[in-house]
Amino acid sequence: MIDKATFWIVLPVLALGTYAIRFSFLGTLGTRPLPGWLTRALRYTAVAVLPALVAPGVLWPAATGGETDPARLAAALVTLAVGLATRSTMAAILAGAGTLFALLATVG
Amino acid sequence: MTSARHAFLRGLLAALPMTVVVGPFALLFGVVATEAGLNVIEAMLFSVSVFAGASQFAALQTMQENAPVLVVLATALAVNLRMVMYSVTLAPHFGELPLRSRALMAYFLVDQSFATTVAEIDRNPAMTAQEKRAVFFGAVVAVAPLWFLASLAGALIGRAIPPEYALDFALPITFLAMVAPMLRSLPHLAAAGVSILLSLVLAGLPYGTGLLIAAAGAMTVGALIDRWLEVRRA
Repeated sequence: MIDKATFWIVLPVLALGTYAIRFSFLGTLGTRPLPGWLTRALRYTAVAVLPALVAPGVLWPAATGGETDPARLAAALVTLAVGLATRSTMAAILAGAGTLFALLATVG
Repeated sequence: MTSARHAFLRGLLAALPMTVVVGPFALLFGVVATEAGLNVIEAMLFSVSVFAGASQFAALQTMQENAPVLVVLATALAVNLRMVMYSVTLAPHFGELPLRSRALMAYFLVDQSFATTVAEIDRNPAMTAQEKRAVFFGAVVAVAPLWFLASLAGALIGRAIPPEYALDFALPITFLAMVAPMLRSLPHLAAAGVSILLSLVLAGLPYGTGLLIAAAGAMTVGALIDRWLEVRRA
């Protein structure tokens, strides 16, 4: 469960911060090009943050009390594999969810 | 029909295929948000004020793990940093428009409106700033109302879904499904690999700080390999 005090601090700051990011150059018309190292780092923000966000939870899910769950692990691997092969987010979600439900229904 | 109206329709049509992803994604956000304990109004405030899917999911996940506010914000904002590039890329095309136009565009600057506008400018470099703006808002009309309505639908049905559906795993699957198609080059692969490895090794660190270190390390490795490849090509 989300702590409501945390939520009511996160909501406005995240909203304003995200808007500031979007407004940054479009709004102020900063025409100076970004330094090369910064453009380079920005290119990799999403692939750097998202895997770290899920990896521990995939191996040690909170729902099973931190014990590695074959169904969840298999679902994660199938999602990744289908996403890599098809380059389609929707196909990967469907394959991963399908694997999870099939395994939970038969094994789990 | 005016040329701006033509451009608006071109943007709308070009962005339509993206609704296949946006709709279910927003629905899922509504469901996961209510499962995490937010009520419908809170979930909707979240979707409307932040309006950035991946970071909304990231914030939900870290808040559910009871990470401190600073870690939640750092994680969610890091996910949105890619939009600095969007803002930089679009700025020269819209410089002559009034500030209120650009301020409104900033709110609606998402992956889909950005991708559509850039692709359309590429095809039609001679467009005026007004026509480019029309393309942008055409794409916005295709995805934004759907994002809000599907979030609302998800939040309304969220409570009705029983726990045996293993919704705890909806977030990991969604994130992995978003990341996999991005792994199209060596630096991307290396960054993702380092991200996974470090987050597992550092999983014991308190307050989700392992996540931030892993992300920073992964970003650095991606950027370094990117630079190394560029130097080698030159």
